[in-house]
Amino acid sequence: MKQIWIARDYSKCSGCRRCEIACSLKHEGEIWPEASRIRIFMLIPGIEVPHLCVQCPDYPCVEACPTNALSINKETSAVEVDKEKCIACGKCIDACPGKIPHMHPTKKHIIICNLCNGDPECVKVCQEGRWNALWTAPRPSGSLLSIKLYARTPQEITKDLARNIYGEEFEKEVK
Amino acid sequence: MLYGYNGKFIEVDLSNEKISIEKIDEQILREYIGGRALASKILWDRLGNKWEEVDPLGPENLLLFLTGPLTGYFPGARICVSGKSPQSNGIVGSTVGGNFAMELRCAGYDGIIVSGEAKKPVYLFIKDDFIEIKDASHIWGKRGIDTIKILINETLKDLSNKWSWKGLWKDPGILYIGPAGENKSRIAAVMSKWSHAAGYGGYGGVMGSKKLKAVVVKGSNSLPPVANKEKVLSLIAEVCRVSIQEKDDWRRWGTGYGGYGVGADTSSEPIRNWQEEWHDNKSFGVDKFEERVWIKRYWGDDGCPTTCLKLSAIKDGEFKGAITDNPDYELQAYLGTNLGIFTPEGNVYVASVVDDLGLCGIQGGNVLGFAAELYQRGILTKKDLGIELEWGNPKAFAKLAEKIAYRKGIGNILAEGTYRAALKLSKRKKIDLMKYAVQSKGIAIGAHGIRSGLDYPPIIAYACSVQGGDHTSVAGLIREELWKCELSMLFADSGVVCSFNVFKLDWLWDFLEAVTGWNITKEEWYEKIAARVLAIQRALLLLGGPDIYWDPRIHDENPERFYEPLPSGPKKGKATDKEDFLKTKSEYYKTLGWDEYGIPTSETLNKLGLKDVDNVLQKIRNKIYSS
Ligand code: SF4
Ligand code: SF4
Ligand code: SF4
Repeated sequence: MKQIWIARDYSKCSGCRRCEIACSLKHEGEIWPEASRIRIFMLIPGIEVPHLCVQCPDYPCVEACPTNALSINKETSAVEVDKEKCIACGKCIDACPGKIPHMHPTKKHIIICNLCNGDPECVKVCQEGRWNALWTAPRPSGSLLSIKLYARTPQEITKDLARNIYGEEFEKEVK
Repeated sequence: MLYGYNGKFIEVDLSNEKISIEKIDEQILREYIGGRALASKILWDRLGNKWEEVDPLGPENLLLFLTGPLTGYFPGARICVSGKSPQSNGIVGSTVGGNFAMELRCAGYDGIIVSGEAKKPVYLFIKDDFIEIKDASHIWGKRGIDTIKILINETLKDLSNKWSWKGLWKDPGILYIGPAGENKSRIAAVMSKWSHAAGYGGYGGVMGSKKLKAVVVKGSNSLPPVANKEKVLSLIAEVCRVSIQEKDDWRRWGTGYGGYGVGADTSSEPIRNWQEEWHDNKSFGVDKFEERVWIKRYWGDDGCPTTCLKLSAIKDGEFKGAITDNPDYELQAYLGTNLGIFTPEGNVYVASVVDDLGLCGIQGGNVLGFAAELYQRGILTKKDLGIELEWGNPKAFAKLAEKIAYRKGIGNILAEGTYRAALKLSKRKKIDLMKYAVQSKGIAIGAHGIRSGLDYPPIIAYACSVQGGDHTSVAGLIREELWKCELSMLFADSGVVCSFNVFKLDWLWDFLEAVTGWNITKEEWYEKIAARVLAIQRALLLLGGPDIYWDPRIHDENPERFYEPLPSGPKKGKATDKEDFLKTKSEYYKTLGWDEYGIPTSETLNKLGLKDVDNVLQKIRNKIYSS
């Protein structure tokens, strides 16, 4: 199986949040935006940032987990969460350069995108809508570290996008 | 089991700083669904017996933010804002998109009922079960863009301070007002996401009168359970599929092809305060918007497949810094052609200023056009206005919009909306100016004229609608098309969904059944539920007060302008046909079981189970029959 990766073009995100709906339906069986593994941040209207795990080559989240609740799926390269082992300590969140993992809103365990075992639902709806903010690509094979550049906080991403979309005055606004 | 609802409403009494949770009986929800329909029930029950005395801008008015059972499920979430309208003195259901409705539903509520008036500026903060009235003095006076930025940053800080275990918090849903609302303008909107507005009705002014700057909500739960999940999911998929595959022009250009298209094709677009309705000005073509000002081609609200909004920003030149969406057709018309502005940049600039001030683009554009025609005719002068209000000058109109929002000089009169401004200025100038006021029952008419007969609104669309000039709720006889009859349009406002994603009427009833499990047929909707809501809205509209009352013999009428022949275009010479209008009007009354003046008859009201409404209407019948 070829390892896939979810590529993203933030500037194309329509803010429709259909990916959140699709992801939460798949993993929770409900329309539940806060329990979606992909979350759209709109820190400034018009600048929507799809935020999801990038599968860092060095997996700092996995490293940081004190209970071995996180592991790497060898086939897909996704981070898998063992809900039984997770003690909801949040160490993985601290370790992630993009602060991407988040606690399930009502259950006591972390949630991280698992690439839907190679068949990402979020990508399907984004592609169906032809927004093309998300698409699947082969996992980049060159410098794996450049993948990691995507593991940034929504604040950081918004700053750059704000300059691009609205002009430099807006960059300053993101706290 | 109640499906499709959380079954809980937040009740906030701002005068006494009291917050409580209200449950509404399932029977009532079934009879009124949600949104606009439920608003009519709540307002009738709580304010009906003293309606005439209730000042829409006083503490006794209620401000309602209501979702419906389909909100969040039907693709494209919206929320319905209502209360006693400071424009019509009746009820208007005014909906707005954005991410607020979804957050509210996920927080565990179907709506918010606000009463009273805060002592100092406040905003309401909701995080699931945690609800707080917070100080807003630091944002009072701020314009829209600043308000959102501050509220997002502040809320994220708040959330992580109080609930830090969760990781990064996502932005909340926010409804807010700008300076226009704070200054109790009757044409102020309830705003969301820079440029989204619930504009009809003037509820921004109601928020301002309550000193409620904003409502901020973050919800962490899932949507409430539905009766038939499989069916709901397949309907969602179907609506999305059709919207994406078969409505590509709509997706690609949204309503934004209107600025040129509607004028050129249908001769029904307001130009220079409706003096004309046709233009062939290609400088205002969709290509000019697309290539010159759109920085994002698809922008949408929660769950939306169509994403018909386009984001516009101007990055250099004299209008640098202007941001708005599209502008959508209504704002292309009202803040473009209606002001004689035919450049995308000028249009985006005025729209951006109007959004930021928190004015309704339609009501605002209508009153700006009205003022400019008075200037053109020498009735209002530079001395009156403080501005040379030449057609086509974006800066001049933006300046006047600012005066309106801050109620400065002439702006104090214009902030009352076109109808009231026309009354006041007529008195002051000692001539009848009502003939230049293109409105119905205090509500500016949507940017779709009826003279050419080529656009969708029927001949009685505005004259007979319980929502006045509202183009999203037009009165008409036909039932099977969403856009021709308020009985159908009322469903979208009650469901509460975005009607731009509804391409087949049947989806709505299928959806309702799959979500709620109630088997409400189309017939039941038309003959009972919608008829009941219209009767209540009609009754309260006719009760009116305290400053203005409507006499159906005079006010169930088109604006005078619509009887003037169109001066240009392929439909030159065409005007609204008075006889046709009168005939259609009485047919419409008859269909609804209303008498010759459009007052619901006792028989009709009894059939609808509205005996109490009948009692109140007797007062109006006596008044009209005896004069
Ligand atoms: S589905 Fe695509 S366009 Fe829509 S919010 Fe998600 S990433 Fe953005
Ligand atoms: S992006 Fe964050 S969650 Fe994903 S692998 Fe890297 S550290 Fe882990
Ligand atoms: S790939 Fe699957 S788990 Fe990951 S964000 Fe998309 S839908 Fe959610």
